Amino acid sequence: MHEFGLAESALALALDHAQKKGARKIIEVRMQIGALTGVVEEAFEFAFDALAENTMAAGAELVIEHVPIVCYCCRCECEFETNAYAYQCPDCGEASTEVRRGRELNLVSMEVS
Amino acid sequence: MPSPGSGMASDDQRAVDVRQSILSKNDRLAERNRGMFMAKGIVVLNIVSSPGSGKTALIERTLQDIGKDLRIAVIVGDLATENDAKRLRRHGATAIQITTGTACHLDAHMVQHALEELDLDHLDLLLIENVGNLVCPASFDLGEDARVVVMSVTEGEDKPLKYPVIFQDAAAVLVNKSDLAVAVEFQRDAALAAVRQVAPRATILEVSARTGSGMPAWYELLKTRVATKRKPGERPLPACPAGAPGSMKTASTRP
Repeated sequence: MHEFGLAESALALALDHAQKKGARKIIEVRMQIGALTGVVEEAFEFAFDALAENTMAAGAELVIEHVPIVCYCCRCECEFETNAYAYQCPDCGEASTEVRRGRELNLVSMEVS
Repeated sequence: MPSPGSGMASDDQRAVDVRQSILSKNDRLAERNRGMFMAKGIVVLNIVSSPGSGKTALIERTLQDIGKDLRIAVIVGDLATENDAKRLRRHGATAIQITTGTACHLDAHMVQHALEELDLDHLDLLLIENVGNLVCPASFDLGEDARVVVMSVTEGEDKPLKYPVIFQDAAAVLVNKSDLAVAVEFQRDAALAAVRQVAPRATILEVSARTGSGMPAWYELLKTRVATKRKPGERPLPACPAGAPGSMKTASTRP
């Protein structure tokens, strides 16, 4: 449901860029999906594969880089990784309000021919 | 070696750099919406919650109580039915219903389309009631000024901890159905602590759309935002008082 909408956007973006580069086939699609997006990677892959049928992305390999949640602590002036639902700095315990990584839904690059 | 365009199948595999968010199209449309709202001086709030928290009742009560003080329009998103928009229209407001079919969230394109049915030149406040969903709307910028999360006392205390992303960016969190808090043994301190943990900067208001309790603070928030957003044609505030160094001198004829 949700992954289908996102896979649709990803496919549209991939096809657009591939077409602009004069490609006839997309072989590989590399993406970054952040842990905070709530995207289930298997569901996303399933949706992408289904939607790509009959397009130049049919059969393309989807390579997903999972991006963990990284917050910034203003007090300690350092970044820290967390997978908890509370973004407390492991050193000073201050709740971080700055999430630096983990929200990505990026199409990074493709292999085309 | 085959020349280019010779018709032979070439397997010259090459890399294409993209480095774009798959939401970039939505983000661009959202910025367009945002620019339009800025130009027209309209305050826009994206109201999100899980289904049944009382978003529609909250907006209904708002229209009832301050619909004569502010020019308010509503855009409502649901998968199906026009029920919510019909309820809201009973209070004399313009309410546009977006039925998404299968989409579990509103996006900037849907909102842009709905704007075509509104008189943007005579509007102070646009309330967008998103599809009941605490997950997906977090990823879709609509062009709003701020996001407001509604959570009801009947949902327990740990909603913010379970859905941190949508709470994090909220400007305000409304704890609704406060009139039922005692009956459901709502753990108020735990709930407020949970909100503060994931959204330390959010304004927390405890309200009951049904009884009206706590609603004046919500109206105050809305009126302040409307008063602060500059209307078209309004002159910007002067940088410094006339006569002070650096201020504009009035024209004078040369001696």
